[in-house]
Amino acid sequence: MSYTKRVDGRKFDETREMEAKIGIIKNADGSAMFRFGDTIAIAAVYGPKPMHPQHLQNPRKGVLRCNYDMLSFSVPERKRPGPNRRGQEIGKVSEWALSSIVDLDAYPNTVVDVHIMVLQANASTRCAGINAAVLALASAGVSMKELVSSVSIGKIDDKIVVDLIKDEEDYEDGEGATDIPMAFTKSGKICLLQLDGKIRPEELKEAIKIGKKACKEIYELQKKVLKSVGDK
Amino acid sequence: MITKEEEVVDKEMEEENHEEKKREITIPGEKIVSGRDYLPGEGTRREGEDIIANKFGLADISGRLVKVIPLSGIYMPRGGNVVVGIVTDTTFNGWLVDIKSPYSAFLPSSDFSRYMKGDLTEYYDIGDMIACKVFSVKHRGVDLTIKSRGLGKLEKGIIIYINSNKVPRVIGREGSMIKLIKDETNCEIVVGQNGVVWISGNKVEDELKAKEAIMFVVNKSFIEGLTEKVKEWFDKNKGGEK
Repeated sequence: MSYTKRVDGRKFDETREMEAKIGIIKNADGSAMFRFGDTIAIAAVYGPKPMHPQHLQNPRKGVLRCNYDMLSFSVPERKRPGPNRRGQEIGKVSEWALSSIVDLDAYPNTVVDVHIMVLQANASTRCAGINAAVLALASAGVSMKELVSSVSIGKIDDKIVVDLIKDEEDYEDGEGATDIPMAFTKSGKICLLQLDGKIRPEELKEAIKIGKKACKEIYELQKKVLKSVGDK
Repeated sequence: MITKEEEVVDKEMEEENHEEKKREITIPGEKIVSGRDYLPGEGTRREGEDIIANKFGLADISGRLVKVIPLSGIYMPRGGNVVVGIVTDTTFNGWLVDIKSPYSAFLPSSDFSRYMKGDLTEYYDIGDMIACKVFSVKHRGVDLTIKSRGLGKLEKGIIIYINSNKVPRVIGREGSMIKLIKDETNCEIVVGQNGVVWISGNKVEDELKAKEAIMFVVNKSFIEGLTEKVKEWFDKNKGGEK
């Protein structure tokens, strides 16, 4: 039995309902929320500010620090609060994804702190986190080359689907499930590509193509949200 | 106490207030204009023929120069800016001043034209607010100066913090907005480019009125013809006082 219909009735190339907002955290220099269906991530940006401890300062360019965490109530089974291996890894890959667009040369000796918090998780948390972080960085007035959009593409059995949910990630029939979170700049450059599972090279190429298309949609939403700032 | 008759306004920042065609909100990576005739200014870069925005803000095209006026973000010091800072430390030859920017600022004691004797804290002590001018922004840190009219220690009065990107709006074209607020409230006001505003009047009510007016300007900064709106606001709020 192959995977012919998605659990939540979406088309194979359809993302969940998306929503984004900026300026949700008053005390931060920039903040944003991004939602993929049930997955909600918020991001706060502080800085550029003086880097402490000083030995971590870089006199040539600024430093970007990214911190990712899931709140304890974000998952069905309570998550033990505090940093863990998974969070550290995702923080690091988000940092790499974002550092390719943030113009750190403009801020020597400083640090830009990005905090991503997942309020509610149903897969694709790192993608929602990156999308929120980009909006937060832009709203913080940080100089950046362009925007990044992120989406997770999956292979369920032999079908390539866009924006996985937890039930799909756990699919075990046939070839099983493969989760490929990816992020693209607006100009189509890859800044994040992770893969959890098995996939054939041709299928991966196909997945990247589909991911690029989905990211266009996300970019349009990000653009819309930023542009609507003046309409209050 | 130094008199602040003259408004300490940046010529450069005033320019941002001259009227142009309606400014559009741009996002990083978006093309603003295309063509070799245009020059990329602040917050923009050139990519081939196009001028691309580097920042989230309002695209401003004045003549050939294209720039992005950011809506948010921290204060980055620039030479000539008048800022209001708080003294955080003294060294053997000057003061360290917090000017709400990522870089620490230093005010050398040699800047005092007077012959100095004794402890530096006799002039400015830790915790004092001072109005000063950014002398230079060097590789590491910012140098300040107080050799200019209207600069120096700020005594009494209140300090408010606003978004540094809204400072040009608060000052208004050629200082029109700040002049209006000063006249209406009988307060002395120094608006630092770093978003720190010092207000001093004879009565606390006046100071609070000035604060309210400034917050009104900051919150309504998108509206065109803001000076008129503030005039109306003052007229409306006068009634309740009497």
